[in-house]
Amino acid sequence: MLEVRDINVYYGAIHAVKGVSFEVARGEIVTLIGANGAGKSTILKTVSGILRTQGGSISFMGDEISSIDACKLTRMGLSHVPEGRCVFQQLTVEENLEMGGYLRSAAENRRNIERVYDTFPRIRERKRQIAGTLSGGEQQMLALGRSLMSAPRLVMMDEPSMGLAPVLVRQIFDIIKEMNDAGTTILLVEQNARMALSIAHRGYVLETGRIALSADASELLDNDDVRRAYLGG
Amino acid sequence: MTLLYLMINGLQIGSIYALVALGYSMVYGIVKLVNFAHGEIIMVGAYSMWYVMSRFSVPAWLAAALSVAICSVLGMFIEKIAYKPLRNSDRLSLLVTAIGVSLLLQNLAQLFFTANPRMFTNIFAGTVTIGERQFSNATTVTIAVSTIIMIGLTLLVKRTKIGKAMRAVSEDKETATLMGINVNNTISFTFALGSGLAAVAAVFYCCSYSQIQPTMGGMLGLKAFVAAVLGGIGSIPGAMIGGLCIGIAESLTKGYISSKLTDAVVFGILIVVLLIKPSGILGRRQNEKV
Ligand SMILES: Nc1ncnc2c1ncn2[C@@H]1O[C@H](COP(=O)(O)OP(=O)(O)OP(=O)(O)O)[C@@H](O)[C@H]1O
Ligand SMILES: [Mg+2]
Repeated sequence: MLEVRDINVYYGAIHAVKGVSFEVARGEIVTLIGANGAGKSTILKTVSGILRTQGGSISFMGDEISSIDACKLTRMGLSHVPEGRCVFQQLTVEENLEMGGYLRSAAENRRNIERVYDTFPRIRERKRQIAGTLSGGEQQMLALGRSLMSAPRLVMMDEPSMGLAPVLVRQIFDIIKEMNDAGTTILLVEQNARMALSIAHRGYVLETGRIALSADASELLDNDDVRRAYLGG
Repeated sequence: MTLLYLMINGLQIGSIYALVALGYSMVYGIVKLVNFAHGEIIMVGAYSMWYVMSRFSVPAWLAAALSVAICSVLGMFIEKIAYKPLRNSDRLSLLVTAIGVSLLLQNLAQLFFTANPRMFTNIFAGTVTIGERQFSNATTVTIAVSTIIMIGLTLLVKRTKIGKAMRAVSEDKETATLMGINVNNTISFTFALGSGLAAVAAVFYCCSYSQIQPTMGGMLGLKAFVAAVLGGIGSIPGAMIGGLCIGIAESLTKGYISSKLTDAVVFGILIVVLLIKPSGILGRRQNEKV
């Protein structure tokens, strides 16, 4: 579904992503783990067209997308939940969801909003509230819900568990699993490597801009180097 | 009775300030630029209307509509060629560019139309009597139409898809892009809207003050900018309230103190606002994302 070949991304003179290749097949949960500053967010931003690769290729559902306008990718079925609390703080909860379905018809949006509310009852209770006044966990749920509004085929999530209490982390991961069971392919970037590997099919380990290791999730969970570096021994 | 009279005149000029202030505020909201060329858009609006009417003798409503269209296109054009290439550079370059565009437009107008003032015929001639006072039709039409426009604009920004996109883009362009919102088009639309409102303001202004000249946008633009700051720059209702406040303050100063002091009062208000509440009446304190 997504095939990334030999991408190189620079911030001025900083070479942040160095010849990275990976792929995500239809129906998979693939996780990208790595230390702070390894280049995970940079990779996601490059796939979604906010940053550009120098050379290499990115193909999504058979189409080359490495030079397509970022705002066109949503229409192709790609969704990116950015790192941090990236809900529109000054819009209401419901307006945020509408933005997620910006390219869909009003009728589709009404239907999808109901589905999101069914998945996240806490969001339904707060639909008229200004998003900036939601708690961190609620904002993260809203961001996930918003990404579903475009009925994407592939959702890329950048650290969905960041700053959440353990019980909420579990809930978020359960929801990701459910989304996957319902047919959405997922590329998951996580600091919480144990959680990510526990729901993923495969994983890639990123070290300072390079893929150091790639294997099935269960293998990575058993790998001694991975345990030491990312799973706390 | 004098008070009512002064208030109504204040509302008239205040409506004009508000229409212009909206342009400053919307543009600031979306690209964080104080568009110093905005005053010159008023001037272009006035000259387009005057030119079309005196040259081709088209009906006034058509001339006004043309002037709005010309300014909208000009606003988008300026954004595309002058501001867009600088979108990721620092604010100072952007500000200097805006001042450059402003001077360019002023000088072009002098080149084409000379620096001599031109007479502008009031398209809303006639008067109405309210109580014991007579008000010109220009006054009542200005207040009525501006009110309708401001209500319409509020609904547009609050309810419509493009309005919500404008708010989303002004908050976070990157995330807006990820939603599939075309950020460039949204910014163009905002410039077109703001410039169109400036043209409407130009038409109303000219009907009451009957003279136009290439530098007319300077003071008018500056006062509208003060209005935008007073209301809280970036805030749409703020621009409306700010404009009306400045208009009324001016009118009361004229009536009760001296017409020589109006400018001093307007800029005095600016200084007081900057000292006491720099974010303006309805402004939010900017919480920069880290
Ligand atoms: N806008 C930027 N300008 C310059 N350098 C940047 C920029 N964004 C990221 N970098 C650098 O690129 C490298 C990769 O950053 P990136 O944000 O992709 O890391 P990450 O793996 O997502 O880290 P984290 O887990 O902390 O989110 C880092 O060294 C970072 O300092
Ligand atoms: Mg990151």
